[in-house]
Amino acid sequence: MEKTIITVVGHDTVGIIARICTYLAQNRINILDISQTITGGYFNMMMVTDTSASEKNTGKIADDLDRIGAEMNLSIRCMQEDIFSAMHRI
Amino acid sequence: MISMTEVTETIRMIASQNLDVRTITLGISLLDCIDSDLGRLKENIYRKITESAKDLVSVGKEIERDYGIPIVNKRISVTPVALVGGSACRTTSDFVGIAKTLDRAACEVGVNFIGGYSALVSKGMTDADELLIRSIPEALCSTQRVCSSVDAGSTKAGIDMDAVRLLGEVIRETAEKTAGDSSIGCAKLVVFCNAPDDNPFMAGAFHGVTCPDKMINVGVSGPGVVKTALEQVRGADFETLCETIKKTAFKVTRVGQLVAREASRRLDIPFGIIDLSLAPTPAVGDSVADILCEIGLEYPGAPGTTAALALLNDQVKKGGVMASSYVGGLSGAFIPVSEDQGMIRAVNAGALTLEKLEAMTCVCSVGLDMIAVPGDTNASTISGIIADELAIGMVNAKTTAVRLIPAAGKKVGDFIEFGGLLGSAPVMPVNGFSCERLIERKGRIPAPIHSFKN
Repeated sequence: MEKTIITVVGHDTVGIIARICTYLAQNRINILDISQTITGGYFNMMMVTDTSASEKNTGKIADDLDRIGAEMNLSIRCMQEDIFSAMHRI
Repeated sequence: MISMTEVTETIRMIASQNLDVRTITLGISLLDCIDSDLGRLKENIYRKITESAKDLVSVGKEIERDYGIPIVNKRISVTPVALVGGSACRTTSDFVGIAKTLDRAACEVGVNFIGGYSALVSKGMTDADELLIRSIPEALCSTQRVCSSVDAGSTKAGIDMDAVRLLGEVIRETAEKTAGDSSIGCAKLVVFCNAPDDNPFMAGAFHGVTCPDKMINVGVSGPGVVKTALEQVRGADFETLCETIKKTAFKVTRVGQLVAREASRRLDIPFGIIDLSLAPTPAVGDSVADILCEIGLEYPGAPGTTAALALLNDQVKKGGVMASSYVGGLSGAFIPVSEDQGMIRAVNAGALTLEKLEAMTCVCSVGLDMIAVPGDTNASTISGIIADELAIGMVNAKTTAVRLIPAAGKKVGDFIEFGGLLGSAPVMPVNGFSCERLIERKGRIPAPIHSFKN
């Protein structure tokens, strides 16, 4: 399993999850967990995904999501899970 | 499972607190390039560097994208050139030829600096060492990416005062030769005591002779992250202060460790060390001086500065050491003046002097770093400042270094601009009394006694 964390931050609008999930489905990226909050009109989402079945590597996925983020006026980051576990787990 | 709070914390560190991996430095041994024919030697050096480092920049960028962490610099360090060029170089211009080869190789593989135009002379200079040192001004003014260093003292060997005397002149000459460019040559020249041979940070990086053929060393940074963490515990007791610095240093270093392991795996080159340093940049919020202020100083240089810095340096090491199995290099807080907005502010406010900076170097890594002094400062005075700094390193069994810029044509109060990571520096006053008769003496300062520590 290649776990990747995708975070989305920005103004709430219709279809954020739909747009991102469509992209993930098209690229055979499986969603393992989603958590999402809206505070003061701000949309905040974190997804844990498995990219092992995808033909694209994390760098390419990050670039694609970055583009989608720019179109929807959102900040979307895609980072391999290791960086978080390295920092927060002993 | 990683929580949203943890993810947010990491992203905030990267996005707004300037957390980055400062450098992936590939150390390359040039010992197998040695040839008595200068042409062949240069060819061997060029081939070895360009072949060994051909994927360094692209792999660095890949890791950057995969983990979403900026890797600011990709660099190369090589075996001290005085050792490599000894049998082929007969003149200073022969050595300059090697510097140009290094510059060309660095340009070809796309790294911004290549370190190792160096000589290790703590117990005295060979003919090749002396030739290399004399060639430094020409080498630094005729190349863009080459960095030079001289290890002129050690706790075991003492200080080679002949080299220190020569280096005073070399630094002056380098400043004058690069006068049109804010004397930038001097920003690429470091004089060391107890130089580490696995340091990934420029300008003092070189690939020591005790190291394997190739090695990946990584320098992490993150003064902004420490500063922000300390803002949350403002006014707390020392225990809380220390715990906060340690925890933050741990997190920062773990990122460096991850990047180093990945770079090592992807390049198939052994992992050497993590250098867990707090290295500032001219960017706002990326300042070691600001941490000292957060600890409780009005400006760095105020009474209490040395104590605050000692505490910071020690906690950074304590937190970082647990995060990586192999810690090395310089590891500690850097206090360059030109590369740290907070330091520049302190100098401009009259809070920070050369003498206080010298005291600060007793308790932190490196030394008198990126300090501009008047262009007409005597060579012997520069040598005196170097000798003082090396003496601190020698007696206290630590690395110290000097990177002074006698800014050509500038006087106290002027300002010099280097641009980029090197920043800008106010020209600081130097004690004008003479040390000429001390510097004129020939020979070495003997190694200090290792007992009766008082």
